[in-house]
Amino acid sequence: MLKKISLIITLVSTTLMVTAQSVQRVPAVDIKNLDGSVFNTGKLANDGKPMLVDFWATWCGPCKAELNAIADDYADWQKETGVKLVAVSIDDARNMEKVGPYVNGKNWEYQVLLDPNGDFKRAMNVNNVPHIFLVNGSGEIVWQQNSSAPGDEEKIYELVKKLAKGESIK
Amino acid sequence: MIQNSIKAAIFSMCCFFYIHAAAQPNLGEIHGNFQTDVQYYNTDTIIGAPIVPEKVLMNGFANINYTRDNFMCGVRYESYLNALQGFDTRYKGNGFGFRFATFTKDNLTVTAGNFYEQFGSGLILRSFEERTLGIDNALDGLRLKYAPISGIYLKGFIAKQRFFFGQGEGIVRGFDGEININELSEKLAQAKLKVIVGGSFVSKYQQDNDIVYKLPENVGSGGGRLKVSYGKFTINGEYVYKINDPSIFNNFIYKDGNATLLGISYSQKGLGINLGAKRIDNMSFRSDRTATGNNLMINFLPALTKQHSYNLAASIYPYASQPNGEVSFQGDVIYTIKKDTWLGGKYGTTINVNYSEVHDINREVVNDTTSLLEPYTLGYKSDFFKIGNRVFFKDFNIEITRKISKKWKTILFYTNQVYNLDVVQGHPGEPMVYSNIAVADITYKLNASNAIRLEVEGLFTKQDMGDWAALLLEYTYAPHWSVAVLDQYNYGNPESEKQIHYFTGNITYTKNSNRISIGYGRQRAGLLCIGGVCRIVPASNGLTLSVSSSF
Repeated sequence: MLKKISLIITLVSTTLMVTAQSVQRVPAVDIKNLDGSVFNTGKLANDGKPMLVDFWATWCGPCKAELNAIADDYADWQKETGVKLVAVSIDDARNMEKVGPYVNGKNWEYQVLLDPNGDFKRAMNVNNVPHIFLVNGSGEIVWQQNSSAPGDEEKIYELVKKLAKGESIK
Repeated sequence: MIQNSIKAAIFSMCCFFYIHAAAQPNLGEIHGNFQTDVQYYNTDTIIGAPIVPEKVLMNGFANINYTRDNFMCGVRYESYLNALQGFDTRYKGNGFGFRFATFTKDNLTVTAGNFYEQFGSGLILRSFEERTLGIDNALDGLRLKYAPISGIYLKGFIAKQRFFFGQGEGIVRGFDGEININELSEKLAQAKLKVIVGGSFVSKYQQDNDIVYKLPENVGSGGGRLKVSYGKFTINGEYVYKINDPSIFNNFIYKDGNATLLGISYSQKGLGINLGAKRIDNMSFRSDRTATGNNLMINFLPALTKQHSYNLAASIYPYASQPNGEVSFQGDVIYTIKKDTWLGGKYGTTINVNYSEVHDINREVVNDTTSLLEPYTLGYKSDFFKIGNRVFFKDFNIEITRKISKKWKTILFYTNQVYNLDVVQGHPGEPMVYSNIAVADITYKLNASNAIRLEVEGLFTKQDMGDWAALLLEYTYAPHWSVAVLDQYNYGNPESEKQIHYFTGNITYTKNSNRISIGYGRQRAGLLCIGGVCRIVPASNGLTLSVSSSF
């Protein structure tokens, strides 16, 4: 019985995969702005320019290292490519109130969102933080990475520059 | 389990038909993720690793979700063959742990099946998953969310909670309303004062089968919250009250419960200050009065202490909230000294100072003939504004982050802690642990792709297991490879045969959203905590393989 059901599901899933489009867009989920107001992620956009969506947490060392490394050059990145970075904190009630002070304390100029119960994280299929997504001007996710190492920021910027010029990054 | 599988199959079929009924040009999107952790266990009597008859254990799951416009459905298949050491063995076999369908139409969102939900900060209701801790109290039922006009958000549900591959006995009902005053009109949107108010009601129903005592079958709980921001200041408060709810967790006392959370923040460029206070009084709230461990929790009581990320600080004496009662205070200041100054250096220097203190609540006997916490009585009386004598935890810590040059980056960290082993880890009679931990975290970037990171840590204490040292060396080749070795060495253990090295090596390969990690070594027995919720992990020795992916 179980085997049959699993088989059906596998078949259905395969059919779905074949018929559904391969494009991935940012899903619409209600999360929060830093001021506690509701923000629907379907509204994430950057006027046709590239956008980075980075999942992080205040307790995640590599996440902060990456976002701080990008912060050093963020003004240049914006000037050169018009890129926008959206930093989505998955901190729960324990640390959520510390996110705003941390972001300001570190002088980050990013758009910061709060996802305290992991709703956006789940919708974006994020297993662990850090997980960064690159979204093109049409709102399609064109690249993603689930980890961070020193030096990644330069590789990410290469991709952003290509995307801003309208080149393929595949 | 079979019932679950059938349900999941029906959900998948629904998705299938939905797609075929859909107009051809927009076929929607299919996405998902996957993770598995496999461990081969060696026998290791020195660290007390239990014998694992199966030799190899595995936890794994895959989510597959379909989205089209305002419709989404999906399933999560889970596999525990058998569950990894440290996980509850009732996670056994295969099955569909989660399946749902949801759509939004004219500001009304309907969810059927499983869902996660949080009201306010979670003091009254939080259904969430923390897969690495084996926590999943997903709700299963119907949920409606409605935003009738701009600025008003309503949510309501009736559901049962997940209990391994089945469901808990109790039924949970919840309603939450939130008003964002500034979203009510365009004029209010311009106001500098921002106000958000919310209120919730949550109740559970569980039959009373006790032949001696009358236990409440319906337990109601109500709460209110307020968030006010003005310029650089934010004030945030929440209060929750629960009627009597005798359970195995509170020793079957009939006292009402309550929880209070208060926070004040101030922040401007380069400076952030956060002050918090919290009081919990008999607030374990579960949909089954006999539930133990991390099962069937309705609410979430966050620990108001710093969540440490360095190895020894995070793993040896981690603090966890005490649902039966605690009072805590926390202050956190982060300041960045400007770059291109003598103190700040070329890239600026950030200083983070944090202090937290957690005490028991005040408890007094209800009358002369009833002892404290005596089952089937009111248990105790507590003065809201009095703080109990017992200290649960104290933590003063400071972290200094400085990028010295393009190549060098350092973080220095120090913490002084007081830890109540008896209460937090449930080791009666153990003395308080006074410890100091120091960490130096140095990153050296060889070039654009290659970097080395060294973490040197020391934990110094005269109590419990004595002194520890830890050394982590990590080499990364961006963006794909990472190799790390970690040694935790309990060199100061008063029992010389327990002066053990816990050595592990790890290689990780990442390509986009694929991540493969292989590790070998010893895992220390202890508490594994995320977000103030913990699980006890036993000692183990062996080979681990971890694979995660998403598409």
